[in-house]
Amino acid sequence: MTQTQNDNIVLKATGISKTFGGIKALDGVNLEIHAGKVNAIVGENGAGKSTLMKILAGIYQGYEGRIFLDGQPADFANPKEAQDNGIAIIHQELNLIPYLSVAENVFLGREFINRFGLISYRRMHRETKKLLDRLDLHISPRAKVSELRIGQQQIVEIAHVLSLNARIVIMDEPTSAISEHEIEVLFDLIRSLKAQGVAIVYITHKLDELFQIADTVTVLRDGKYVGSGLVEELSHDDIVRMMVGRNIKDFFVKSDTVKSGEVLSVRDLCLAHPERPGDYIVKHVDFKVQAGEVLGMFGLMGAGRTELLETIFGLHPKASSGSIFINGQSARINSPNDAIDSGIGFITEDRKQEGLVLQMSVASSISLASLKQTERFGFLSDRLETRLARGYVDRLKIKTPSIRQIVENLSGGNQQKVVIAKWLATDPRILLLDEPTRGIDINAKNEIYRLISELAQKGLAIVMVSSELPEIMAIADRIIVLSEGKRTAEFARSQFTEEAIVKAAIPKSLKLQTLQKTKDQKCSN
Amino acid sequence: MLELKAHKALVVKFQSLFALLLLIVILSIFAENFFSKNTFWLVLTQVSINMCLSVGMTLVILTGGIDLSVGSVLALSGVIMAGLLKNGLEIPSLNIFISFSLFGAILAGLIVGSFLGFFNGLMITRFRIPPFVATLAMLTIARGLTELWTGGAAITGLGKTFGYLGTGRLLGVPVQVWLCAAIVLIFVIVLRKTRFGRYIYAVGGNEKAARLSGLNVNRIKLLVYTLAGALAAVGGLIVTSKLNSATPSAGDGYELDSIAAVVIGGTSLNGGKGSVLGTILGVLIIGVLNSGLNILEVPAFWQKLVKGFVILVAVAIDKLNTDK
Repeated sequence: MTQTQNDNIVLKATGISKTFGGIKALDGVNLEIHAGKVNAIVGENGAGKSTLMKILAGIYQGYEGRIFLDGQPADFANPKEAQDNGIAIIHQELNLIPYLSVAENVFLGREFINRFGLISYRRMHRETKKLLDRLDLHISPRAKVSELRIGQQQIVEIAHVLSLNARIVIMDEPTSAISEHEIEVLFDLIRSLKAQGVAIVYITHKLDELFQIADTVTVLRDGKYVGSGLVEELSHDDIVRMMVGRNIKDFFVKSDTVKSGEVLSVRDLCLAHPERPGDYIVKHVDFKVQAGEVLGMFGLMGAGRTELLETIFGLHPKASSGSIFINGQSARINSPNDAIDSGIGFITEDRKQEGLVLQMSVASSISLASLKQTERFGFLSDRLETRLARGYVDRLKIKTPSIRQIVENLSGGNQQKVVIAKWLATDPRILLLDEPTRGIDINAKNEIYRLISELAQKGLAIVMVSSELPEIMAIADRIIVLSEGKRTAEFARSQFTEEAIVKAAIPKSLKLQTLQKTKDQKCSN
Repeated sequence: MLELKAHKALVVKFQSLFALLLLIVILSIFAENFFSKNTFWLVLTQVSINMCLSVGMTLVILTGGIDLSVGSVLALSGVIMAGLLKNGLEIPSLNIFISFSLFGAILAGLIVGSFLGFFNGLMITRFRIPPFVATLAMLTIARGLTELWTGGAAITGLGKTFGYLGTGRLLGVPVQVWLCAAIVLIFVIVLRKTRFGRYIYAVGGNEKAARLSGLNVNRIKLLVYTLAGALAAVGGLIVTSKLNSATPSAGDGYELDSIAAVVIGGTSLNGGKGSVLGTILGVLIIGVLNSGLNILEVPAFWQKLVKGFVILVAVAIDKLNTDK
């Protein structure tokens, strides 16, 4: 490392360790943060990235190791102290108050007061406007945060951070909830902050982003410091090796399976927008899936993928139109219960909010959607439930100390397996999977891929929504692309190319670089 | 690590039991007549009404709801039973008069209580009125109906047979204690051993996940509120039988004792976590405390203070143990 870079170090942490209830979350981690650079921190889930950041931002105390700010020892007793020293953090879940205005959020707790002791909105709006202009976000300071898109809300958070005169801005997975277009806006913003001398700490587990935006990278694994370096000197494989701790084999690719007849056929499916009358989220979508086939469904945020699956599963009976055929028979699905009776299982995107009752045991979670089969003479049988749960715990290799363990205490990957087990227990013919590997580590992902492939082999018809291209290209036999609620393309496996798929997914409005909404044909109801 | 957790869970599980035993020991030391067979039966008969209400309240709170109307529903069911038994049902405009047998009058009261519960459930599930608001309205409505039915006066002189339930004994055990024990047993089994019971936990733990797992969330809630109404009516039956009269002001404020018992028993107001067994302990803790303070001749106003603080301490300990 050259001398000039050393001079730019604003924050240095050495030998940071932190223990939670006997478990070491961080173990002797080192970190250097350079001014005017994007300092990425990468690692799988549970690697300790967020814990480290929370220590730097003064949220956690009681750690071992030393932190130097501008060469001086520093130890923050609370987030306020870290803020006063120019360190600010933007959490993955944004910390904005939805029903307050942009300006009120930016200056929350530091409102400008006029000589009557009242809030000076004029000054607050003026200052907010300045900040927003600097960030190139053209919204009114008076706008309610709840009315903004997630990407815009994120920029409001950045405005808040800038108003604090932060010199070090920590961003925890900032792209996890925003659209491709918004990511571009964010990256431009990060580049301009960099040029202004701000040190960005960028936490991510997406490697593509790293090469787009980061200057330096520090890799953590299982709470330990693995290494760091300049991004330009490292290859993709180098970093993956550091993250995983071994050479990962090539991406798991689904084996070919015998397709044996159409199981699910969706015709002319429409779903009305809940708030905008006359507008539709899903527009005249048709598709078919055969037994033994994995149909990939790709699209950007807001393309209507999740809503399409929800509609098939009977969650929007009143707002939707079109027809669904299962094994050639017209199926009337007006509720999840109807869907389950028709042999459909739905593994939702958000397993904690929608997939699991977190306080329930592994056994109760697995049996929840098919509880009737554990009944004997009208009463639940522990023996039958245990047998059912044990079967799936073994089959899906769910790692849990006992089937009576509360699912909340399981890792993300194992929780996801419990959700899959719950649906397999209903003996489905069709499995809808919405981002089945979101937020789980690489090993667990590979196991899920293998499982999906196995299930297809056993004759299930599978529809898998994913926004990760490498994943969907490896697992799907066929991909359909949704954009703005419409089906824009279909690809057979031999035709898969990243370029073609992404091209079909980008909304027309974005391609034309205009915000004008395209007029769509009406859906009949 | 896990063993430690299990150990802690055990302590948490039995902390209400420890609290109850501790309370009994303390009262036995300070009040000389406390530890006796008399007090034993006294406490059990005194808690029988709150026990009925609290079992229903447990179901409701497990789904993440609340039922503020149980006190009023208890009163209305009680006066309906008493009124029908004593005066029958007369509709002058239609020239109809129906007289009621003992059994018929009780059944009618139970049906009225169940219906009011059902109505609560309907408001909550079909019209999406928050449980707090829907049952708060019912608290007033049922009390109003009670006053209308009675004209504000107590209905007395209901006969010896009717009083048997509240004052009689069977095999040396008060009849009302048998009744409570049966109710408790039934609902322990319902919660632990039936699909409906399991679904109650699922709905309260994560309603969205429950719906997506194919559960008919509305039907489950409707049934739960109906049961809470029915159990409040059983409470009305006991109180009316005990006093051999039905007063329009009966059950005033009982919903608070019942919620307190459920909460002390470790059931989470967020739903999804708790048990009828915990509630029994909560009911007993409040009951023992009431009797003990009476025996110690603590003035009524001070009793309220003590009870309030016991609730705070119980829940604070629970929170400290369960968080982190």
